[in-house]
Amino acid sequence: MNTEARPLVELDGVRKRYNVGRPNEAEVLHGISLVLREREFAALIGPSGSGKSTLLNILGLLETMSEGSYRLQGEEVGGLDDAGLTLKRRAALGFVFQFHHLLPAFSALENVTLPALMRDGQVSTAQREHAREVLAAVGLAAAMDKRPGELSGGMQQRVAIARALVMRPPLVLADEPTGNLDRASSDEVFALMRRMHAELGTSFLIVTHDARLAERCDRIVELVDGRIERDGPLPSVSSSSSPPAARGSFHR
Amino acid sequence: MLPRLGFESRVALRFLREGRMQTLLIVVGVAAGVAVVAYISALISGLQRNTLEKTLGAQAHVTLSAPEDAVLPPAPPASGTAGLLQTQPRAQRPRSIVNWQALLPVLEGQPGVVAVSPMVSGAGLALRGEAARSIALVGVELERYDRIVGLRSKVVQGQARLGPGEAVLGRELAGDLGVRVGDRVAIVVAGPQGNVTDTARVTALVDLGVRELNRRTLYLPLRAAQSLVGLPGGATNLDLKLADVWAADPLAVELARRYPYKVESWQQLNAQLVSALNAQSVSTTVIRAVVMIVVVLGIASVLVVSVVQKQREIGILRAMGATRAQVLRIFLLQGAVVGAVGSALGVLLAVLLIWAFTSFVRGSDGLPLFAITLAPGLALRIALIATACGVLAAVAPARRAAALDPAQAIRL
Repeated sequence: MNTEARPLVELDGVRKRYNVGRPNEAEVLHGISLVLREREFAALIGPSGSGKSTLLNILGLLETMSEGSYRLQGEEVGGLDDAGLTLKRRAALGFVFQFHHLLPAFSALENVTLPALMRDGQVSTAQREHAREVLAAVGLAAAMDKRPGELSGGMQQRVAIARALVMRPPLVLADEPTGNLDRASSDEVFALMRRMHAELGTSFLIVTHDARLAERCDRIVELVDGRIERDGPLPSVSSSSSPPAARGSFHR
Repeated sequence: MLPRLGFESRVALRFLREGRMQTLLIVVGVAAGVAVVAYISALISGLQRNTLEKTLGAQAHVTLSAPEDAVLPPAPPASGTAGLLQTQPRAQRPRSIVNWQALLPVLEGQPGVVAVSPMVSGAGLALRGEAARSIALVGVELERYDRIVGLRSKVVQGQARLGPGEAVLGRELAGDLGVRVGDRVAIVVAGPQGNVTDTARVTALVDLGVRELNRRTLYLPLRAAQSLVGLPGGATNLDLKLADVWAADPLAVELARRYPYKVESWQQLNAQLVSALNAQSVSTTVIRAVVMIVVVLGIASVLVVSVVQKQREIGILRAMGATRAQVLRIFLLQGAVVGAVGSALGVLLAVLLIWAFTSFVRGSDGLPLFAITLAPGLALRIALIATACGVLAAVAPARRAAALDPAQAIRL
């Protein structure tokens, strides 16, 4: 693990309780402490119901924690209101979901330019050009003007990755990004994320059920019953740590 | 400052386009609603304008006359004695308004008063050969009176002049007496000292718009009428025309308070008509309100469904960094777009309906019943209100969309 890299995410004693004050109150995260650094490529694994999704939502600022501290890029986000969380999310995070979650009414290129449109109210020529480059980099140069419905699952997931990366966030959170794909597409999408990690230096945290893919990450965090059971590189991991080579044409 | 709406408008339009059938249905619904409102508004205002024109065409807006003769109440009986309670009402002799010449410029100076005309009216008989017809004798100065009712525009034959020894007759009266323009008629008025007689040459026949009036009315110069009725230099009424016909009632009340005369507005003289017009206005307002409510509910229900259908997309947008305010505006904009497009179509439809009404609905004489037009100002106002209704209708769905928990919305 690259310990001298700056920390991106610092969780300290994070707890999450649902239905607080009601008879069905339940705590799903029991004091999670976790540090993710720049340029990390980590997997988050664990059985169903272990709290993976909740943890990912908290990391993604989509849910708030009940207790504990969360510093994102050195800034405590526990006290931010919804607007503050949204702006922080916009600046620091990219998302890739299991079911692609592209907007069906927009073409691949429009989906990738949406974050810029959302931030600035318009898409500049440079931004559109950058979006084309990212799409080309994920291998979709020929499918930019197609709607998500006209693309295969693997291609849609590549559009989603392009969209997550287009604003160059330091961290991408991926929730079962290959859970809905066949094996060949899974490998392809995973390889793409590895390549983007290598080229752009973006940190990835990937929630997955697929042990085969998890083993190919640099670090594995295992969650069981709302606690971190295991955290560290696999002993068997060999040469897969990312070489700082081959910078992408769109990386500045 | 308005925030730039590039993102919101783009997503709103795309969402609307995506829900093709829903969007089409609701736009057509809004268009139908707006068309009904615009058409009814134009129809009723045309109808009312027409009715008022017909009614007020032969009538002053406010009429001043001398107070009626009344029996003075006796002194209250002393205690222990009985008073006679029954009194005979006084006969109403023709009476002049005291000092009317001085009053004339004062009334003309009232704000809102366009014209004032003195009049002497009385009852009499018109005679020609063996024919005798009872008449309403009206003595006026043509110039002034023309400004009140536009007498010259009602001439059907001849040329209206009221010089000494000249008269203008209602069309039916002339028919009954068998006189044409240029013929003479004799006029007899019964006075306290016996009959007073005069003759006059007919210069014009007029159609006052009401057959009964045409059958009775005979116009004479003011001076001739004064001597016939026995009020030399007098005037029984002062007729007022106002810029705004609906100001007649308050002005009548005000004048009655200030001067010792009997003052009546056209509304008091046509109470039934006024209440009919009011009932019409009220029902139009009710219809408009109901249609607008239906439009609002229609837009709202479609948008509520749309929010439910688009939960996941809203969640994605939120995860990508869309703020609650942006999501709110996306749905408000959808309401505004539906309202605006619907009302544009609706106004077109209303214009079409009005064209059809004026082209195909005709009276027994083959002429259009009355003119109805959709004033551009009214059309614009209706369109703006409909657009505002669209935004209003979108408030609840938009708030719901903005309040969606993104983590939950994505999982659906």
